[in-house]
Amino acid sequence: MSETMILIGGRSSSQGTSLCAGKLGTEYVEVSSTLEMNVEDMARLGLKDNDRVRVRSATGEIVVRCKGRAAKDLPSGLLFIAYGPLSSALMDGDTAGSGMPLSKNIEVQIEPVA
Amino acid sequence: MLRIVNGRVYDPANGVDGEVRDVCIADGRIVADVAPEAGRIDARGMAVMPGGVDMHCHIAGSKVNLARKLQPEDHRDDVLARTAVTRSGVGGTVPSTFTTGYRYAMLGYTTAMEAAVPPIFARHTLEELHDTPIIDKGFYALMGNNVLLFKLLEKGRREEFRNAVAWLLCASKAYTAKLVNPGGDEAWKGRRNANVTQLDEKIESFDLTPRQVIGALIEAVDELGLPHPAHIHCNNLGHSGNFETTLETMRIADGHRAHITHIQFHSYGQVAGKSSSEPTSKAREIADYVNAHPNISADVGQVMFGKATAMTADAPLGYMLSRLTKGKWINADAEHESGCGIVPFTYQDRVYTHALQWAIGLELFLMAKDPWRMVLSTDHPNGGSFMSYPKLIRLLMDREFRKQEMAKINPRALRQTALADGLDREYTMSEIAIITRAGPARLLGLARKGHLGVGADADITIYEEQDDKETMFATPRYVIKDGQLIIEDHEIRADHEGRVLHVAPEHDPAIAEVVRAFFEDYYSIRFENYPVDDSYLGKHEQVPTRQQAAAVPTASESSAADH
Amino acid sequence: MSANTRVVRNATCTFCGCVCDDMHLTVDDDTHKIVKAENACVLGRAWFKEHGIEQRPQALIEGREASTEEAIEAAARILADARFPMIYGLSDTTCEAQRQAVAIADMIGGNIDTTTSVCHGPSGMAFQAVGESTATLGEIRNRADLVIFWGGNPAESHPRLFTRYSVTAKGMYIPNGKKDRTVVLVDVRRTPSAAVADIFVQVKPRRDFEVLWALRALVKGRHVDPAIDQLTGVPLATLEDLAARMKACRFGALMFGMGLSMTRGRHFNSGALLALASDLNQYTHFVAKPVRGHGNVTGADNVVSWQTGFPFGVNMSRGYPRFSPGEFTTVDVLSRGEADAALIVAADPGSNFPQAAIDHLRRIPVIVLDPKETHTSRLAKVAITTSTYGINVGGTVYRMDDVPITLRPALPSPYPSDESVLKRIRERVGELIGGKRIPAMERIGVAA
Repeated sequence: MSETMILIGGRSSSQGTSLCAGKLGTEYVEVSSTLEMNVEDMARLGLKDNDRVRVRSATGEIVVRCKGRAAKDLPSGLLFIAYGPLSSALMDGDTAGSGMPLSKNIEVQIEPVA
Repeated sequence: MLRIVNGRVYDPANGVDGEVRDVCIADGRIVADVAPEAGRIDARGMAVMPGGVDMHCHIAGSKVNLARKLQPEDHRDDVLARTAVTRSGVGGTVPSTFTTGYRYAMLGYTTAMEAAVPPIFARHTLEELHDTPIIDKGFYALMGNNVLLFKLLEKGRREEFRNAVAWLLCASKAYTAKLVNPGGDEAWKGRRNANVTQLDEKIESFDLTPRQVIGALIEAVDELGLPHPAHIHCNNLGHSGNFETTLETMRIADGHRAHITHIQFHSYGQVAGKSSSEPTSKAREIADYVNAHPNISADVGQVMFGKATAMTADAPLGYMLSRLTKGKWINADAEHESGCGIVPFTYQDRVYTHALQWAIGLELFLMAKDPWRMVLSTDHPNGGSFMSYPKLIRLLMDREFRKQEMAKINPRALRQTALADGLDREYTMSEIAIITRAGPARLLGLARKGHLGVGADADITIYEEQDDKETMFATPRYVIKDGQLIIEDHEIRADHEGRVLHVAPEHDPAIAEVVRAFFEDYYSIRFENYPVDDSYLGKHEQVPTRQQAAAVPTASESSAADH
Repeated sequence: MSANTRVVRNATCTFCGCVCDDMHLTVDDDTHKIVKAENACVLGRAWFKEHGIEQRPQALIEGREASTEEAIEAAARILADARFPMIYGLSDTTCEAQRQAVAIADMIGGNIDTTTSVCHGPSGMAFQAVGESTATLGEIRNRADLVIFWGGNPAESHPRLFTRYSVTAKGMYIPNGKKDRTVVLVDVRRTPSAAVADIFVQVKPRRDFEVLWALRALVKGRHVDPAIDQLTGVPLATLEDLAARMKACRFGALMFGMGLSMTRGRHFNSGALLALASDLNQYTHFVAKPVRGHGNVTGADNVVSWQTGFPFGVNMSRGYPRFSPGEFTTVDVLSRGEADAALIVAADPGSNFPQAAIDHLRRIPVIVLDPKETHTSRLAKVAITTSTYGINVGGTVYRMDDVPITLRPALPSPYPSDESVLKRIRERVGELIGGKRIPAMERIGVAA
C-alpha cells in the first residue's frame, strides 16, 4: 500500500517562529513532524488529518503526522515538510561533489501506519 | 632607534639625488641624528628611498571582494603559505587581503589608496583594510553619481551640496570625492543600460549635465580644503576619440586642482571615417595639456600585458568589456550611489588595441615634463597587477629593454605612437622616486610621506642596486614602516598594523536633516545606521583640511593611534 | 511588562537575510526581555521575544556543568590535538567572530566552512562560472517593475522582502508600490507567496533547469520545442509570455531560493538563472539576487572570501587556503569520516545534516558555541553558552545584498560573545602548539 512521491523540505512561518523558541521545544517538534499531503492522495490512501504515515527514502525513514492540502496548493504526488531533524533523516550524505546534500524533491515511499 | 648608513639616498622632495648619507630613525619618524648605540643598517651598494605610495588601486571592499570570489582559478596557482608571523592567503590579480598588504610591502610600498567606494559600502572597505597588514591606507568615496547630491545640485542648492559632500566624507571616513563616469549611472540603471557620452547632455531624470556635476564637485572639494582634489575617472573611458572628453573635463577645472586618474584609458583618438574600433594615440595632446596646466595632475593607468581584472564603478564599461570577452561578468548596482562592472581580462601584445594602450601609457610617461604630476599606476588590477610595477619601472629606466619589448607588440599599433619615432628618454632614479613616492604623496597632501626629511614617517625602502631594474625594484632588501623593520634580507620579519588615512572636513551639522529626509524616502537602510562608527578605523590618522591645518600652527598633524 | 522599560531604536533583526535595521525594540530591564519589536515581521517578533536571558549553564563538558574558562581550555586542547580539525557554521554570528574562526583555522591548518555550503553554496559556485548581475535591495525597491521569485516562499521565510524591499514597498520610480510592478512566482507548489503574484508558474519538481534554459533560448530569439510542456509542466506560451515581459520591463529582478540550489542540478540551476539575468541585459536592465537565509551568512561569505580568497569549503592543511566543494565542504568531510574534531559556531548540523554526517559528529570530539540548547550541543563534548548577536552583542553583519550594518544590541547578557570565546580559544591554542602549525612540505618545482 506504499506509493512513490516527491518530498520537499522547506521553511514555513511557524517553523521559523518556533525555531526561535528552541529546536528542542514542543512547538518546533510538532511543526517539523507534520507532513503536508495532497487531499486526493490522502483519500486514496485512506488517510485523515493527523493520521500517522511512514516516509522512507533511500537513506532513512521517519514517522510523521499528515495534514491535507488542496490540489491547487499542493499537486498530487508532492509532499511538504518543514525543515527539521526528521526531514534531515531522509537526506543522502552524497553531495555529488558539490557540498550540498539534496534536501528538496527527494523520492520517497509513503504508507499509512496503523 | 636606527641609523641607515652608506646608502645612496634618493629624496627628491628634499633635493637629495643619490648622495651617500645617513638616514636616522627614532619613534617611528625620521630624525636628524640618533645615539651611537642605535641599531645600524649598512646600505652599502643600495638605494634608499621613501616607501612607495600607490595613489590609485583597487584592493579592499565590496567590488574587490566580488572580483576575488569570481576567480578561484586566479588564486589556485598563486598561494602564500602562512609563516610564524604572517597569515596565509592567495594571489593572482585580486589577492586576498593579507596577501595584498604583504606583497605591497615586499615591493617596498608603504601606502596604498583604494580608489572607489560607494559610501553605503564604506564599512566593508574599512573591514578589509583592517585585514590588510603593514601599509597605511585609505579610500575615495564615490560621489559622481550620487542621487542626493544630484537633487541638491539641480536645485542650485550649492551650500547644501558642499555640506552634503563633507557630511558624506565624514560619515564614510573617506579621503576625497571620487567621480566615475559622472552622470552615467542613471542612464545605466534607469534607461535600459544606456550611458552618457557628452558632457553637456542631460543626465537621465535630472536637470543636470555631467559638466555641471564635475564642476560642482571640483569646486566643493577645493572649498572644503581637502588634501587631495576631486579624483576623476572621465566619461567615455576606453572609447575611440575620448581624448576630447578628457580635455574638456580638464578644462572644467578652470584653475582649481583636479586629478585625472588612469589617464591612459582616456587618451584615444579616432581614425577619421573608420569605425570606432580603431583608436589612435592622442598622448601628445593629453600630455601637452597636463604639462601646461599646473592645477591638473594625473596617474597614468599603464596597461601591462598578461592577466588583469577590470573592476570599475563604470558599469556600462564593464558590460561593454564583457561583450568583448564573452566571458563571466559581474554587475552590481548600489542604490543612489554607484554601479560596478567586473570582467576578467587579458592584455595581449599582438592585439592592436591592447598594444596601443600599452604604448600610449609609455608615451604619457615619456612625454611628461613634470613627473610630480604624472605619476605611476596601473589602476591595479584594471591595467595589470601592482606586482608588475617593477617591470614598468624597468621599461621607463632602460631604453634597450623598452625597445626589446616594443619589438614584440603589434607593429601597426606601435606605428600609431611616438614610441616608434624614438622617445628615447630614460627615467632617472630620482624621477622614479618622484612618480612612485614623492609625487603621489604630494598629490595626496600627505606631508609626512614620500620623503626622508626630518619629521617624515619612517617609511623607508632599501633596494640593492642592480642593472636589471626590474629585479632591483621587485626585491627590496629592507623595508621599514613607522620605524619598524618589516622586511629584512627579503623576508617578512614582523607583522604591523598601518593607519587608515581619512579626512573630516568642517560642515554645517544642519545638513544631516536634509540627508535624513532623503534616506527616509528612498534608502533601504536607516539614516542612523549609515555613518561608519569610529571603531572601524582601528589605527588611524585624520589628515587635516587646509582650514584645519591653518588653525593649528604648531602641530602640523593630528595623529590618533587607536588600540 | 514592568515599568522599567526603555526603547532601542534602529536595531537590526538578524533572523533572516533581510537584516532589517529599522527595529525599534522595547526592552524590559526587570524581566530581561524584549517585549516589543516595532516594524518586525512575525519571524522577527519571535526572534526578539524568544531571546531573553535564560538560565543556562555557562558551559557543559561531557554533559557536566563547567565554567566558560574550563570549557575554553578543553576546547583548545581538542583543537590542538586534532589532525583534521574542522570549523563550521558561522552564519548566525558577527563578522568579528567569523574573523577569529578563520584565524584559528589558519593557525592549526584546519578546514573552514560555513552554512553557505548547504544553502547558496551552489549559487556561489555558479557565480564563479558565470558571474552575476545584481543590485542592492534599495535599487530593486526603487526601480524594479518586474520582480520574479523563483524557488522560494518569501511570504513565510522572508516576509519583509515583500513589504520593505520589493513588492508592496514604494520606490523613487515606483511611486504606487505593487500597482507599478508585475510580480511572478515560480515554484513546484502554490505557497502563500502566490497571494502577491500576478502570475504563478508551476514547474514540475526537478525541472527548473530546463525551464530556465528554455527562457534563455526564448530571450535570445531561438526556437523551443513545444514538448517543453510535457517535460516541465509549463506550456510554451507561458514561457514565451514570460520571456517577452522580461525583455520589455525597465528594471527586472530575479530573486531565487533553495528551490534551485537544494535540488537536482544544484549549481547548474543557479547558473542557469544567473546566466538568464545576465543575458537579459542585452535588452534591458536586469539583476538577480540569491535570497539568503541566515542573518549573517553573507558576512561569512565576505569574511572567508577576503581572508582566504574563497567563499566556503576552504582547507588550510597545506599551509595556505585551498577551495574544493565536495572535498572540503562539511557534509562531505563528516559523511566520509575525515574530520577528527569539530568546532561548530552558531549552527545546528546535528539537526540539519544527513545522518551519515551526524553519525560521525557523534564519533569525534565536538565543540559548540550557541546561545541555546540544540541537537548539536547535546552531542557535543564541549558546549559553551554564548550570547546572541544583534540582541546581546554588537558587531557587523552583512545583509543579503552585501550592505554592511552595525548591530545595536539591546539587552546585556551574562554570557560571553562568540568573538570573545573564539579569541580566547585562539590564544590558548597558539600557546599549546607553540605558535602556528607550519607544514614542513614545500611545493616542489614551483617558483616562490
